[in-house]
Amino acid sequence: MTALDTHQPGRPAGVIHDIGYQRYDGPRLGRRHIVGALYLHGLRAAFGLGRSAKGKVFPWLIVGVVGMVAAVLIAIRAQTGQAVLSYAEFPEVLTLLIVFFCAVVAPELASRDLHSGVLPLYFARPLRRGDYALAKLAALVSATFLLLAGPLTLMFAGAAFTVDGLGAVWSEFGDYLVALGYVAVHAVVFSAVAMLVASVVRRRAVAAGAIVGAFLLTTPVVGVLAVLPSETASQLAGLASPITLVGGIGDWAFEAGGDLGIGRFGPLYGAVALGLVGVCVLLLLARYRKVASQ
Amino acid sequence: MVTLIATQSLTKTYGNRVTALSDLTVAVEPGIVGLVGANGAGKSTFIKILLGLLAPTGGQARVLDLDPTVDGQAVRSRVGYMPEHDCLPPDLSAAEFVTHMARMSGLPRTTARERASETLRHVGLYEERYRQVGGYSTGMKQRVKLAQALVHDPDLLLLDEPTNGLDPAGRDGMLALIHRIGTEFGISVLVCSHLLGEVERICDALVAIEAGRLLRSAQLSDMTTVTDVLSVEVSEGTDELAARLAALELPVRRDGRLLLIPIDGDATYDLILTAVAELDLPLHRLDQRRHRVAELFASTTQGDLQ
Repeated sequence: MTALDTHQPGRPAGVIHDIGYQRYDGPRLGRRHIVGALYLHGLRAAFGLGRSAKGKVFPWLIVGVVGMVAAVLIAIRAQTGQAVLSYAEFPEVLTLLIVFFCAVVAPELASRDLHSGVLPLYFARPLRRGDYALAKLAALVSATFLLLAGPLTLMFAGAAFTVDGLGAVWSEFGDYLVALGYVAVHAVVFSAVAMLVASVVRRRAVAAGAIVGAFLLTTPVVGVLAVLPSETASQLAGLASPITLVGGIGDWAFEAGGDLGIGRFGPLYGAVALGLVGVCVLLLLARYRKVASQ
Repeated sequence: MVTLIATQSLTKTYGNRVTALSDLTVAVEPGIVGLVGANGAGKSTFIKILLGLLAPTGGQARVLDLDPTVDGQAVRSRVGYMPEHDCLPPDLSAAEFVTHMARMSGLPRTTARERASETLRHVGLYEERYRQVGGYSTGMKQRVKLAQALVHDPDLLLLDEPTNGLDPAGRDGMLALIHRIGTEFGISVLVCSHLLGEVERICDALVAIEAGRLLRSAQLSDMTTVTDVLSVEVSEGTDELAARLAALELPVRRDGRLLLIPIDGDATYDLILTAVAELDLPLHRLDQRRHRVAELFASTTQGDLQ
């Protein structure tokens, strides 16, 4: 900056293109910082921060609706003292919105870079291909988690003022923590599937459609399996769709008395979800190993 | 002096059909190096191997005394790459984008921002750097692409067809910029181009490849004197003009409808333009003669360049 500000005699003032080039010998940060920067960049992009107004519309529309649902629940609880919806039921009620959110954000994070051809610039830098994929996935998981955890926290704060006694607040807090865990499961499973789909589709709109399709088109399969005469078949039906898969985990681990009727297959739901996430992540890494060498 | 790039029998085949590089052995010293070859000659493959993004099928490569297949990370932190194709997200401003790319090379946040605007200024983007890249002209986009390759102060720049899509003035500007980077900034540059006439103006050394094979590699001073020649074409009165220019003691040569005059500084342009204007002739074309790679190839057999 100093070279810019000093007036150099013999040169017309205001002409600034002739300042000398400065070599950089300052610090070059390592892998952790680079991945961290990419993660934060992705997280900001998920909510349209640093993007044009157009990029903010969809994510904030969904944030608005989720926030409104939470506000109504808080208001009802404050008025009647009755919790119409438990914390753990909150993400289940909003499943469709989570799907939409992933369908909006995942293409923004993955397809956009594919479409603009920016990937070779990333991979011509010290950034590793796997780190790129994982940073983007982590950004989507975090964004989805925040989408639900934020309103959930407000609901807990609202409830904490409504209930009587420290013991009741403490029990509310326990329920709230369990629900956060459930929200995290939602975020991880949904994001892994959405990210994988988005990473193979270059056009954002198509990717968004494909993601919604991946989640919604599998639900009829669940419906068909559920009405089969075999009890085992109906108990396992939920495995066929990511939405009911997560719901099954909820019935098993996060809610007392689930409504999906998964029987004793709870651990299987957990294992399948874990496997699904694992496969998605592996495919995602493989995808970026391939795309980088093109 | 450290060797900038050295390859030993470098070979790359895709699948088992397409041979992109074949037994390429070449060594270049720091400076501005032109890598010339027709489209499909293997230039982009060569760059990707140097970056460690592609593994060679056979042979070895060394960049800045590192092996890119082993120390890819180390190579990539010291190299800047400007690809040939579009690679800019349209909905970010140049300042934001270049800052982000600087951070991806490991620069701390504030430094990244400072160096991004400084670098954009060096490539000639001022206030427009806050506008979205989507609205830029091709020339401005090329400059942003160059800026992102330069922002982390690499020791070597790999530029893949940097003048692609530019008009003549834009080409000259880009070449002048690359020349400055190589000389004033002290950064070595490898420029890929299919136009020999373009890169030979700014390069210290040339490497010509064809169909993945080395055609010729030499310091430019070694090559037979490549005189810059202006070619003039007028729709009529070619003879008159030739006579007039000869009278001005310019060594004019005729080549079909073209008049070829060796360039001796800017004065040559003025003399020719004045002559054309005075004779009131319709000037059709006036440009620096470009050599094609084929001519260089021909020169290796004929022993005389052009």
